[in-house]
Amino acid sequence: MLPPTRLAALLLTTHIAWAGAQPLPRFEDSLAQRMQACVNCHGQQGRAGPDGYYPRIAGKPAGYLYNQLKHFQTGQRKHALMARMVDPLSDGYLWEIAQHFAALELPHAAALPARAPAAVLQRGEQLALRGDASQQVPACTACHGAALTGAQPATPGLLGLPPDYINAQLGAWHNGTRQARTPDCMATLARRLPAADVAAVSAWLAAQPVPPNAAPVAATGTRVPMECGSFAAPVTPAAAKAVQP
Amino acid sequence: MSARPLLRRPVAVAALTLTALLLCAATWLLWPARPVAVAPSNTATSEADSATIEHGRYLAVLGNCMGCHTARGGAAFAGGRGIATPFGTVYSSNLTFDATGLKDWSADDFWRALHHGQSRDGRLLNPAFPYTNTTHVARADSDAMFAYLRSLAPVAAVAPPNDLGQYLGSQAALKVWRTLYFKPAEVLTVAPTDGPLRGAYLVNGLAHCSACHVPRNALGGSGDMLSLAGGLMAAQGWYAPSLLDPAEGGVQAREVAEIVALLQDGRSGSHIVTGPMAEVVQHSTQHWRPADLQATAEHLKALPVSSRVGAPPSDARPAQALAQGGRIYDQQCAQCHGAQGEGVRGNDGQWAYPPLAGNSTVLHRVPANLVQAVLFGGFGPSTAGHPRPFGMPPYVLDLSEQDIADVSTFVRAAWGNDAPPVSALDVQQLRASAVRH
Repeated sequence: MLPPTRLAALLLTTHIAWAGAQPLPRFEDSLAQRMQACVNCHGQQGRAGPDGYYPRIAGKPAGYLYNQLKHFQTGQRKHALMARMVDPLSDGYLWEIAQHFAALELPHAAALPARAPAAVLQRGEQLALRGDASQQVPACTACHGAALTGAQPATPGLLGLPPDYINAQLGAWHNGTRQARTPDCMATLARRLPAADVAAVSAWLAAQPVPPNAAPVAATGTRVPMECGSFAAPVTPAAAKAVQP
Repeated sequence: MSARPLLRRPVAVAALTLTALLLCAATWLLWPARPVAVAPSNTATSEADSATIEHGRYLAVLGNCMGCHTARGGAAFAGGRGIATPFGTVYSSNLTFDATGLKDWSADDFWRALHHGQSRDGRLLNPAFPYTNTTHVARADSDAMFAYLRSLAPVAAVAPPNDLGQYLGSQAALKVWRTLYFKPAEVLTVAPTDGPLRGAYLVNGLAHCSACHVPRNALGGSGDMLSLAGGLMAAQGWYAPSLLDPAEGGVQAREVAEIVALLQDGRSGSHIVTGPMAEVVQHSTQHWRPADLQATAEHLKALPVSSRVGAPPSDARPAQALAQGGRIYDQQCAQCHGAQGEGVRGNDGQWAYPPLAGNSTVLHRVPANLVQAVLFGGFGPSTAGHPRPFGMPPYVLDLSEQDIADVSTFVRAAWGNDAPPVSALDVQQLRASAVRH
């Protein structure tokens, strides 16, 4: 095994080499330029692959992204770095940022090879596509789109994400450290799922290839299995303006 | 035989005197403070008119009361936010008119808190609430703020008890601290409305600039609690630069319009506010009336200049740190800040990425704010005048503490910059304090 200093040097060199391999874009006065603050964790243009911890944000529904940015401000999602990033930003700017990343249609990285045993993956597939009525757990597809690519206006796609990230989110919902708008259906679900099922569904989701057209589907309407505060369009500055007389 | 009592008598007298003095001191320390008698309010009535309430709302914005008295994601003014201090965490109180807040308070009680730093029952307040500043607030303004707070919907919220330990959190400790550092100001009935007096009134009073910019000693006090000579906010890991020193945050050589722009837009010239000051701009100064910004800017510009006699950096800069720091700069920083630290301007002609050559934040004697920027990145505040600030990525996950120290040392020494090096220990300490925060 390498001594820690060599390892650190190697990692650093690899990182720099990777960064150096990207063509350095020229400065332009654009929203994309302003969002360079995000790329160290979420990848260039927000397209982080499933091989790290941080989620891809490119192409997620704008309503979902806006809700998350606001929740880092309000503490409904807890992440010190993200809170510091978004704290000084206005609702209007956060909405523009959410729309910017939502509008990006970028190719996805290949899925990670599945490492979990076949039985675990099978259980994960069952939960994701068919649910488990005995545990009162509906299929992921019931809300997150038939192809699990998300639904407008505020339900995220579940593919192309790191397994640790999915796992951590379900854990955070279980523990109450991640909260969505009430009724918080995901918190209810996460508390119904035993830890082994959380691991199974995370492993299966992370191993699925992302279909060529990964855009979120149109709003799923009212035929959803649970009451869910997040189905409604978020109260964005734009929406708030529209309802004002 | 008779000589012995003669010899012993002075010893006994001294012992008795000492005991009596100690008893007096202990009694003074432990005797509960009584509420200071205050003059009854002339202006506050139970049904304040809407103009008074609106005036009170604006005064609360001037003082950014909501900033500390609102928990993350909590109801405005309902308190419960933890304020990290070097002595422990102090939790802000509920200012709404619920039984858990100010329901039983009168305008006189509120004034007692602002002017004397004393609660309704006489309990001495912790100076994390900056009553060394609010003691300078005029009685009429105190009454108007009280009327505004009373107009808000009551919220039931009990703040957690302060986490200061048995001794530092005691009334006796506060008694000692106040004897050393607090004296109620002369009572001001009505606030000055314009001119230099208005600027001084805002800076020293409601805006409580010195709460952060005062140089504090080990007891968290200062001989002059209104001093703006620059202070390390030890628990947050930020440095509030000296407003007396033009090489730091002093604005004596700036145009008034530039100072106003910094407070209103969050940026001016090559300066972009960050950290706690970004919060002040976001929640408070961007909403100030132009005349108040003008008066404040004029006051700050007229502050006496007091530069630190800068001994040339004695610590030799390790060549290895400079070389490694330079490499990291080229790879990670030059793309935005320029190969020569020259910065990049946006289409509006203002800095998108500020120059680092000659940048006072880079050169502060205390490197805290530079290291905070490298560790955690972030955005300036989005304001009406600057709604879409540019952002900087955090490097806390990508670079080691040594690398962050090296690149900081490099930018403090390159392109004519000349400030002492930064060590990995400095970075580690700041990182730890930021995590606590």
